Amino acid sequence: MPTIFGSAIKRREDPRLITGSATYTDDVKLPGMTYAAFLRSPYAHAKITRVDVSAARQAPGVIAVYTGNDVKDKAVPVPCAWNVPNCELKIPHHHLLACDTVRYAGDGVAMVVAETRAQARDAVDLIDVDYDPLPAEVDPEKAAQAGAPQFHADVPNNIAFKWVVAGGDAAGAFERAEVKVQLRIVQQRLLPTAMEPRAAVASYNGGSGQLTLWVTSQNPHIHRFLCSVMLKLPEHRIRVIAPEVGGGFGSKIPAYPDEAMVSLAAMDLGRPVKWTEDRSENYKVTIHGRDHIEHVEMCGTRDGRITGLRTRVYAGLGAYASTAAPGIPTILHGLVYSGAYTIPNIEGTVYGVYTSGAPVDAYRGAGRPEAAYLVERLVDTFARAAHLDPVDVRRKNFIPKDKFPYTVATGLIYDSGNYEAALDRALEKIDYKRFREEQQAGWKDGKYRGIGLVSYIEICGLGPSQVAGAVGFGGGLYDSAIVRVYPTGMVRVYIGASPHGQGEETTFAQIVAEEFGIPVETVEIVHGDTDNTPQGWGTYGSRSTAVCGSAVKVAAERVKEKAKKIAAHLLEANEADLEWKDGKFAVKGSPQSARAFGELALAANVGWNMPPGVEPGLEATAFFDPTNFVYPFGTHICLVEVDADTGKVDVQRYIAVDDCGPQINPMIVQGQIHGGVVQGLGEALQEIAIYDESGQLLTGTMMDYAVPKASQMPHIETDHTVTPSPVNPLGVKGCGEAGTIASAAAVVNAVVDALQPFGISHIDKPLTPARVWAAIQAAKASGAGNGKGAH
Amino acid sequence: MQRSVTLSVNGAERSVRVEPRALLVHVLRDELNLTGTHIGCDTSQCGACTVLIDGRAVKSCTVLAVQAEGSPITTIEGMGRADALHPLQQSFWEKHGLQCGFCTPGMIMTAADLLQRNPDPSDDEIRHALEGNLCRCTGYVNIVAAIKDAAATVRAGRSAGAAA
Repeated sequence: MPTIFGSAIKRREDPRLITGSATYTDDVKLPGMTYAAFLRSPYAHAKITRVDVSAARQAPGVIAVYTGNDVKDKAVPVPCAWNVPNCELKIPHHHLLACDTVRYAGDGVAMVVAETRAQARDAVDLIDVDYDPLPAEVDPEKAAQAGAPQFHADVPNNIAFKWVVAGGDAAGAFERAEVKVQLRIVQQRLLPTAMEPRAAVASYNGGSGQLTLWVTSQNPHIHRFLCSVMLKLPEHRIRVIAPEVGGGFGSKIPAYPDEAMVSLAAMDLGRPVKWTEDRSENYKVTIHGRDHIEHVEMCGTRDGRITGLRTRVYAGLGAYASTAAPGIPTILHGLVYSGAYTIPNIEGTVYGVYTSGAPVDAYRGAGRPEAAYLVERLVDTFARAAHLDPVDVRRKNFIPKDKFPYTVATGLIYDSGNYEAALDRALEKIDYKRFREEQQAGWKDGKYRGIGLVSYIEICGLGPSQVAGAVGFGGGLYDSAIVRVYPTGMVRVYIGASPHGQGEETTFAQIVAEEFGIPVETVEIVHGDTDNTPQGWGTYGSRSTAVCGSAVKVAAERVKEKAKKIAAHLLEANEADLEWKDGKFAVKGSPQSARAFGELALAANVGWNMPPGVEPGLEATAFFDPTNFVYPFGTHICLVEVDADTGKVDVQRYIAVDDCGPQINPMIVQGQIHGGVVQGLGEALQEIAIYDESGQLLTGTMMDYAVPKASQMPHIETDHTVTPSPVNPLGVKGCGEAGTIASAAAVVNAVVDALQPFGISHIDKPLTPARVWAAIQAAKASGAGNGKGAH
Repeated sequence: MQRSVTLSVNGAERSVRVEPRALLVHVLRDELNLTGTHIGCDTSQCGACTVLIDGRAVKSCTVLAVQAEGSPITTIEGMGRADALHPLQQSFWEKHGLQCGFCTPGMIMTAADLLQRNPDPSDDEIRHALEGNLCRCTGYVNIVAAIKDAAATVRAGRSAGAAA
């Protein structure tokens, strides 16, 4: 039998997806179903002085209209579930619908339920609201200053928290340093843009008291937990189903008021209620990503040894604290400031700031892209200041491969790594020396080519539950699997993770098929329904394979141990005398005695002849809690040419070398890298969510927000190295976020490298032609360049 | 106010009563239960709702249902079944041209239109043909590979047919 682990087999989930027979949340249709639509605030900050819903209530087909005051006492405000300690975190109330104040353009004001989708939308237009507009502020640094408008009575200066990370003596290092560089970096707001907007369908059975909620979720168990809180309904009365989910990228992790409102209405009306976001609503109210303003510094010796890194970061949280928001710019960001390097002295201060924008939460990479970006931008800037090659500086400062597990200055213990191997593999793809020569020659002819390198690490495989508790995460981070073997030898596996494009139905089936020596087609993975899956924590943070995949592996091993006992009994042999070969247990040296997995499954399930003291049945449950995070890494290289006359950036090659440990399905890993890289290229080159000063989202549709198109994106070249993780039985790390974490900095490093003759030290992403052109003009005007080729 | 409209979808005549303002995509999904056609935006950018009308790729969010009367419509459900896949469906599967699958039906319909017009497209031509279809998962690399693969399959089939 060919090895299944490591095979690029086709995905099990695809036949339903390519034939249009998959069921996404908006495809769910129930008898008697009604439709909800929300009235959302047009103002970023205003007092509500009057809400008149009388005309809406009279409109054709309308069944009910709810306002903030109608539901205030029926529900608990939307919880924030990541209470980061030691930072005086302030979490203001976020009611399901605004009662007296709206705090961003999109804040819910009322919800209409009607017989049809169109009637609900029509009736929303008949609701009459009087607002007293108040000043808004969307810039997180400005919102934190004295004199800024105040958004929450109990949050002075809008500062949700001040979080500090420190290791070594950063102040001393900077004082003594020979080379110091600093940058002001804007990590612009981004719109996650899962292609499927959010949706929810709620159905309540008044007789049994059972609520069923179909919802676009990356983590149905978390949604059940948080809905239970919001709705004051016991958890065992709530069944959350995440059917097919059309991408998430973090935006389908949080609990939103919307699914709670839909549930309340279903309970109130005794009829199913469906709500589906349209894209404009999605851009206004579904969480956004990033939104940092960062003041960052690096220092070191003239020969290229990095000795210190300091940051002061203003992280915009938007109007309210979304589910995981406080943990993103702190735990998942500040703790990885050491990157792939031995930086002995680190000090970071992160202010979480409420603004007049939509809530900001986890978006692909969540804190780690912002960290990788600032570290890798600083490394390039430092190398330039020290007149050293950025490749050499990286090499000189890498944590050596024989030093793992390695404790960095921020206190994290990196599990494993071989950073130089990934760098070497990436450099093999290009002729670096020749590129530099051609670059120099090109500059003389007005041809601006550049190379950008990024040697990233990430913290993922979230993570040990004990650490989750210690850092204030309001849940566990183990994951779970039930492996159930049927009499015929077919296997179903019920998992706590909740994939939505990652291909875990295939990858996890490969783990089980490998363990049992059975065809992969005989294993089915079941996920996304809290009524039949064990408690788990969902799919995000590049955690599913490392954590839930390990639970699958451990549960399968338990099943196999029991099968071995049964085999020994049937063969009248000692367990110790059995060996597992080609999917069969046999007495050593007596292959004709073999009992195949299928035979043992039947024996266990009929229970006719069990070993003494062994129960019938063949299934096992495992809850796998890792001992540490995993730390994937890699080197990405981006080659660009910049048209100095127009500012247009042409990505000529993009090379990604990643190390996520052994690859169970290389085709799926490669697909994750492709998608991640392009999301980072979008961030680097064209994506930005823009609010005007009054808090109106100017990029509120796909006409204005530049989601990358096929014609705008390059081919992505991929390769990998393999450094197994010691913290899980599969040795695997994560790969879902790696591409995004690496690629934005690779592009910006390349463009700044290309523009060296102009003396440009930094351009904030996205590097649109207008921004690049403006930077070139400004540099020419200031005479910053060395004149080499700057015409 | 509703009016009756007869649509020819995937080879079958279907009569439904709709509001004149009803978009084709809503009628396909809500009235005809053809939920393989998806809605990913409200400004005709994403292409998740792409179907074939008179053999050409059309975003069904930009067409009123009443306008589609009398024209043959093909949705993803009409392309092939799990046991008899269309070459494009097969290639998207083989080449890992999809992840979450939400954009995939629209991608396949647009690609079908392209291959009718251009049986041997280059990478660049494929990328430009997908101008109106957004994918957030795949980075497009494997979608391009899938369409090239399907094009080769279709060409091989045609030449085999011609030889016979």
